[in-house]
Amino acid sequence: MPTHINDADGFDFDALYRDLLGQVRTGLADVPDAAIVGIHSGGAWLAERLAADLGLQARLGFIDVSFYRDDYARKGLHPDVKPTRIEFNVDGATIVLVDDVLYTGRTVRAAINVLFDFGRPQRIMLAALADRGGRELPVAADFVGAHAQLAPGRSLALSRDAAGQLSLKTEDDNA
Amino acid sequence: MHNPQLNKNGELQHLITIEGLPKAIINHILDTASSFVSISDREVKKVPLMRGKSVFNLFFENSTRTRTTFEIASKRLSADVINLNIAASSTSKGESLLDTIDNLSAMHADMFVVRHAQSGAPYLIAKHLNDTKQNHVHVVNAGDGRHAHPTQGLLDMYTIRHYKKDFTNLRVAIVGDILHSRVARSDIHALTTLGVPEVRAIGPHTLLPGGLEQMGVRVFTNMDEGLKDVDVIIMLRLQNERMSGALLPSAGEYFKSYGLTPERLALASPDAIVMHPGPMNRGVEIDSAVADGAQAVILPQVTFGIAVRMAVMSILAGTHA
Repeated sequence: MPTHINDADGFDFDALYRDLLGQVRTGLADVPDAAIVGIHSGGAWLAERLAADLGLQARLGFIDVSFYRDDYARKGLHPDVKPTRIEFNVDGATIVLVDDVLYTGRTVRAAINVLFDFGRPQRIMLAALADRGGRELPVAADFVGAHAQLAPGRSLALSRDAAGQLSLKTEDDNA
Repeated sequence: MHNPQLNKNGELQHLITIEGLPKAIINHILDTASSFVSISDREVKKVPLMRGKSVFNLFFENSTRTRTTFEIASKRLSADVINLNIAASSTSKGESLLDTIDNLSAMHADMFVVRHAQSGAPYLIAKHLNDTKQNHVHVVNAGDGRHAHPTQGLLDMYTIRHYKKDFTNLRVAIVGDILHSRVARSDIHALTTLGVPEVRAIGPHTLLPGGLEQMGVRVFTNMDEGLKDVDVIIMLRLQNERMSGALLPSAGEYFKSYGLTPERLALASPDAIVMHPGPMNRGVEIDSAVADGAQAVILPQVTFGIAVRMAVMSILAGTHA
């Protein structure tokens, strides 16, 4: 069961990650050759860890959704587009899509579209470290580390320090 | 003077020339292009970025390759491409350039890709669009007269970065008809902006423009001296029409002095790359053994050119006035 956390308590990344890893491991028990695909940037860091811990490094991929975003016409191209890299065969694959924070669902919609331009997956599942609610599309995660309660105007994101240490932090929306 | 390529926030609104373009914008284009390169290897070679946008290819001067790569780039971005047959269009019936532009804008064009024999034509169009509050329409210069060919310059930079990683320790030689070459001009501006410490221009006196030294370029009329220890060689096409003028004696004479042969290539750094914007004249500026050799990166240039043009168009189309 995912825990409920809130901004004021701070977030224990390691505890959330362990919980998420356990859920994914259980969920993939009957899928010997699942693939892990992380959404840049936070989801990509998480996917790297998950793939290492699950022994799925050979079926690890990364997606940057910048070319598929629905706000391009309003906001223009993201200034820092990372390469999308999917080197396994997407046709027929079971794929766990990984993001750090699940919010409106728009990023997940874009990521699913990216995957379909590589082939026709058998199944796509969604793993998120934190689900902060606020969905604007009919999207639900299969694996969630925690449900986060955030004060209005705050946002949540994974960050990585120079030593590669991950932490989940909140900041002001327009920061 | 305000740079008409940039909007008031300093973002790229039109791409007219590399001259005066901030290094950060050049790097942004190259970084974005690297994300587009892999799209050509996928099952679906398209992204939906420019879905519903109309790109008009306005080639007042012929160029099959550049027009085709712009067309492919537009289509991979999911834009609709309209190729205007200028020779059979209103311009030949006497319509002015800017009237043509206004009419196409009224058809809800989102972008013009312009090739023109007259230096400054794309600038004139961009300025007109800005002045008449039509600045939601973007202009890409696909080569104007002797002035600039910015997407060629950018794809050359992409190619150099791909093979050499770092610009700040390179010697780059540009060889041939520098005087008439918009590619050479765009390359020199880009190389200088990106911090290349030594740019050389090699060619006969009659094909070297004045003012190269002021641009920070070392000038050589002897090819063997100029090629010594360079890391990158950019060959330029010798345009046949130069031969009929008084600028050059003959193609054979030119090849003897300025053709890139395996012997001459050996004077450069052992891992030097050889580039050419195409179309090549084998046996005039380049020996077939070099053009097809291990150091030539002429065909990768073409492939990278599509990704670079996708990057330019997607950045422009996302920029607001």
